[in-house]
Order: sequence, then C-alpha cells, then structure tokens
Amino acid sequence: MRTRVALLMATMLSALVVLMGIGIGPAAASGESIFGFLFQDKGGKRVAYAGVDVTAKGPGGFTGKATSDKAGKWSIDVPTSGTYTVAIVEKTLPKGINLTDATKKSLTVPVLDGQDKPVLFPLGKSTRKIEGKWTQAAQLIAEGFRFGLILGLAALGLSLIYGTTGLTNFAHSELVTFGALSTYWLSVGVLPFLPDFGGLSFFPAAALALVACAGFGWANDAILWRPLRQRGTGLIAAMVVSIGLSIFLRYLFLYKFGGSTRAYPAYQGQKGINIGPINLAARDYWSMLVAIVVILGAIVALQRTRIGKATRAVADNPALAAASGIDVDRVIRVVWVAGAVLAGLAGVLLGLAQGVNFQMGFQILLLIFAAVTLGGLGTAYGALLGSIVVGMFISVTTLWIPVELKNVGALGILIVILLVRPQGILGRAQRVG
Amino acid sequence: MDWTRIIVNALEASVGLQAVVYALAAIGLNVHFGYTGLLNFGQAGFLAVAAYGLAVTVATFGLSFWLGIFLGLVGAVILALLLGIPTLRLRADYLAIVTIAAAEIIRLTVRSVTFEGTFGGSDGRQAFASGFYSLNPYPVRENYGIGQFGFNERQMWVLTVGWLLVALSCTIVYLLMRSPWGRVLKAIREDEDAVRSLGKNVYAYKMQSLVIGGVLGSLGGFIYALGQASIQPDIFGTDTTFFAYTVLILGGAARVGAPVVGAIIFWVLLSLTDNILAEAIQAGYISRSVLDTSQVGQVRFMLVGLLLMLLMIFRPQGIFGDRREIALDAR
Repeated sequence: MRTRVALLMATMLSALVVLMGIGIGPAAASGESIFGFLFQDKGGKRVAYAGVDVTAKGPGGFTGKATSDKAGKWSIDVPTSGTYTVAIVEKTLPKGINLTDATKKSLTVPVLDGQDKPVLFPLGKSTRKIEGKWTQAAQLIAEGFRFGLILGLAALGLSLIYGTTGLTNFAHSELVTFGALSTYWLSVGVLPFLPDFGGLSFFPAAALALVACAGFGWANDAILWRPLRQRGTGLIAAMVVSIGLSIFLRYLFLYKFGGSTRAYPAYQGQKGINIGPINLAARDYWSMLVAIVVILGAIVALQRTRIGKATRAVADNPALAAASGIDVDRVIRVVWVAGAVLAGLAGVLLGLAQGVNFQMGFQILLLIFAAVTLGGLGTAYGALLGSIVVGMFISVTTLWIPVELKNVGALGILIVILLVRPQGILGRAQRVG
Repeated sequence: MDWTRIIVNALEASVGLQAVVYALAAIGLNVHFGYTGLLNFGQAGFLAVAAYGLAVTVATFGLSFWLGIFLGLVGAVILALLLGIPTLRLRADYLAIVTIAAAEIIRLTVRSVTFEGTFGGSDGRQAFASGFYSLNPYPVRENYGIGQFGFNERQMWVLTVGWLLVALSCTIVYLLMRSPWGRVLKAIREDEDAVRSLGKNVYAYKMQSLVIGGVLGSLGGFIYALGQASIQPDIFGTDTTFFAYTVLILGGAARVGAPVVGAIIFWVLLSLTDNILAEAIQAGYISRSVLDTSQVGQVRFMLVGLLLMLLMIFRPQGIFGDRREIALDAR
C-alpha cells in the first residue's frame, strides 16, 4: 500500500512537472558542476599543477572558486544550468607556466541540466606573449572563415533546393545534424536499431555517414516531397510541413542520442598549430581544405556538367526547362541527394569544430537562412558568398560585442539587408515579388 | 494504470494555463495567418516582449504592476511596427524568416550574461506577480473543483482572467472580421494586387493586422508569466511559435473559435500521451530500455511534429476550417 501511494505521488508529481513546464525551458534538475584538470603534457607524461585557483561566474550573480588538488583536478558545483564564465587566476600558476593561448584565460561555457561540464585550460610555455588587437583579429577571421565555409556547404544545399522547388526547407538543419550524428555513431560503433560493432576510424565513418546522408536526402524527396509536389501542395503548406518534419526529426535525434554534447572519439583535444598569427588545430586546417575542395567541386559541377546545367535551368524556369526536354523530377532528385550530402558534410565538419549534439543543425539554421538571404534567395553562388560574410561577421564582431550575443548581430544584419537590398548581393530584383 | 489520474490530468490540461496561453497566441496568429495571410513565425517574440515587459518593470525596476502591463503592450506594438516596416512589402517567406530571426534576437538578448542585471540571464525573472495576486477575489482554498479535479485559488484567478481574455479576444476578432476592415484583410489574403487596384493601402492594412495579432498574442505572454510567477528566456523559443501554429491549424485557420478549440484539443492530446506513456512505463507495459520516463517528453514532441506534418498534408483546413480560405501559396 505504502509503495503504491508513493508511486501515485511520483506519477502525479511528474505529470504536474510535465503539465506546468512546456518542456522547452530548462527542466528542474540538479547536480550541475564544472570541473577540469590543470596539467601539461610533457612527452607523454602528465605534470599536474596543484594550488591553482579557478573561478566561475554565472546566472543569478553566482560566483564560485576552487583550487586544484594534487592531481590538478578542480571542481566547482554550480546551482543551475546556464552559461558560465570560467576563468583561471593566472598569478596562482607556477612560475614559467602560462596559458598557451592567452585568449583562453577566461572561457564562456554552457552547462546543461545535470551536466558535469569539463573545461580545459591549455597550459605550457606561453607561445604568444603579447596578443594585440590585430593578432586577435587575424585569429577571428580565420575562425570565421572556417565557420563560413561550414555554413556555405549547408547553404548551398538549401539554396539549390529552394531554387529548384521553391521550398523553404526548415528541416535542412536536421540534414546537417544527421551527418554529424551518423559519423559519431559509426565511429563509436553504436548504431540505433542495430547491434553494436567495434567502431570505425574517423574517415571511413564520415564517408559512410555521407552515403547515409545521400540516402536520407533521397528518401526525403522520394517519400515526402515528390508526392507533395504531385499533389500540388502550396509553397507555404510545404514550408509548414518541413517545420513539422524538423520538429519530429530533432526530437527523434534527442531520443536516440541524448541531450549531451560529445566529441568524435578520435578528436578530443587536439593541439593547436601556429601559422603566422593564426592558431588552429590540425583538424581545422584540413576541414577547411575539404570544405573548399567540395565547394569548388560543386561550382564546377554546376557550371560544366550536364546535370549542373540542367539544375540551373530548372532553377531559372522549371516549365521552360521541362519543355526543352529536361527531366525536372530527376534533376530535383539529384539536387536533394547532393544537397543532403553537402549539408551532412557541413554537419561532420561542424561536429569537429564544436562537438556533436542533437540540435547543432537547428542552432545554425537561422544563420544559414541569413547567409542565403544575404547572398540572394535561390542563387547558389550568392549563398556561398553570404555564408562567408556571415561566418566572418559573427566571428570578427566578437572583438567588440560579447560572445553570447554574436548571433544577434548576424540576425540583425539579416533584417537590415531586407530593408536595404531585399534581393541580396547577387539576387535579381524580380525574384522578390 | 491509474485511469482516474490520467483523465483528471487531461481535464485539467483542457482548461489549464498552457491551453489559455496557446489559445491567445493562436488567436493572434489567426489574425496574421488565417485572415491576412501573413506568415508570422515570431509569435514567441510577442509573448516574450509582453512577459519581459511586465517582469522587468516590476522585478528589476520596482515599478507598479499596471505600468508593467502597459509597457508590455507598448513593447508588442513597437515590435510589430519594427517587423512590419522592412518586410510587409516583400514576399511571404521573407516575413517568415525575418520574424523568426527577430524572435530569436529577443530570446538571445534577454538570456545573455551581458544584460543579466536587467533580464536575469537564463534564469529569467521572478517575484513580479504579487500585484496581480493581491487582486485575487478567490479566498485561499486548496481545491476548487470536484474530487481530484480542481485548482487552488491562485490558479483559479489566473485561469479566470485568462479565459475572460480569450473570450474578449474572440469577440474582438469576430467583430473585426465582420466589419468592412476585416473584409479587406481577407481580400488581401486572397489577392493582394486586386485589393491594391481598388485603391486600398495594402501595406497599412497588413501593418494594422500585424499589430493587432501581435497584441492579442502578447496577452498569452502576460498570462504565462503571471500563471508561472516566473519566466525564463528559453520558454520563448521557436518551438513555441510552431506549437501555436499547430494549435491554429488543428482548429482551423480563419475561424474565430478555432484557435481555442485547437488549443484545448492539443493540450488534452499531449496530456494523454504523456500520462498514458508514463503510466505504461511505471506499470511495466513498456520496457525501460525502449522508453525511459525522462524520454516521454521527447516522444510527445515527435508526435507534435508528426501531427503538424499530417495535418498540413491531409487536412490543412483543420477541424473547422474551409480549405478555400487558407493561404497556402506564397505570393
């Protein structure tokens, strides 16, 4: 009897919680903390630093402080989830030891519900003692360029799909997430609905994930969008359908992946490499290279190949393209597959840059829209240009505005552009209607 | 399985706070989307402006409750004007993207550490509702209602005011849409150019519609803030807007009472799925390896997404709507 009453109470309570909170907001949870180890890697040996102070500031005026122990570990319990600023007190560091990157003296980190958030301060001999505004700007431009390329991959796909079908696809962000999630799953060897296996190394995993993305894009078109086109579904109706699909897929990802942010197993904490004033991890350099090569490949394909020309013809005028013998449905199918692969690749690279989570695509969706609008809706090259501009803008403006407001600036320009030049940089005025 | 509890929860959800809030938000969207054909994807922004207008005025600056309500309403009007000026001359999907971006700008700004002193960061604001509850005519009592079904005096007061506002909003929308002004709005939805050729100032009409719908939606923001007696920025995410659209489309766009019916059905359905799944897990009908109690919410959101898709594909007019009256094509 006792247990049944307790059970009832628990059900009522959980029902109440569910009823009261919409569920979007932070749910009640406890036990969040921020922790880390202070050490330096000396030829494979860890040298830990004890007695170093770390402070944390967070929502509600919270401040906390911890001192590292013998193993170099420090840990600060924080009251709620939220964004915290974690800083290392430099003067408590042993003599001769500095942060390898002076900009990382203070880090802003999000702490999710119930999360024990690891924070790393890279220690060692300081490689850059004085960091002027210009050095910082160069670094931010490099990071912005990398982010812009990632946006560009996603925006290219979105723009091609928009150009050929008129669909403003809100579920495009889930194609991005899908690329990153499937790479993660393949590389740790845990696939949803399938038995576990050993896991692949990163590159085969990413390649297989892109194949999965191609299949996903194909399925999107074959199962959903082609039948809808044949029914003559209006553009606004299709947009709302894509919103529904986006919500469905996002929570399906949450259900299968969980709410945490994880890094690909092979790429946890890679060391930075300096090129001039720019300090990026090796993976950042080659991921930029991959993005550039793929984007150039896509441009060549659009300009030179038969299917590329057909795509541009359909984007220009579907009826005329059909009349001149182009199989419009086939072109759209190819565009969906290619767009999904590009978006998936964007997801894989974004996962390298900032870790994998279930809503990583959704978090950049509006930036992709901003990029596409800035470049000119439906123009493929405009989307690329817009992405680079948006990526750089977001990154460089952090010189002057707080990091957590960087996206606000980008969304702000989106609105300003629509005021001044609604067709975007490369768009034509008559597309605006 | 405790069916009494499940049914009581569903009944409470049908008249509860969420139903009121989403009914108001969807009534506003109905003016925008249903009657004028404007694709406002930033309704959450209007709710946020109202809720934060009230909360910041009272909790941060220590000013009076009524001034907070006034400033919240003014904020909603200003937001509508700011959104409308750049976009109302452009095609429908531009308005969609700008409004969704504006709503996100608002959310990111109020949750930022920089403005924590004013807006309270990701914790939001509390302790601003006492001015409202001091007007409460219901004497203190644990349960107004029958058996397990019922609300305490605070909930009763919020829900009474909330449903009165819903009734008032519906009346306003009904009268407006019967007027010549309302007929012009519907004509704009059907064919903007035709209306323009008749000498009407389409831009002005759209702007008025955006303001009125925004203000009606912002009432939902007030009710939510007062009902919870606290607000957090992430409540006003894009999903809130999309849920309001689901509510509107479920009921049937361009019908006065549809958002209300839509909101009630929507929240009853969500309550039922939640409670039935949770009970089934408790009772062991569903293995915990398949579905954990903490994952019930995720299944619920998946169902919302599916519902929105299926409705739009198979029954875009919802329960009460008329298919010919829905703005489905971008112009």
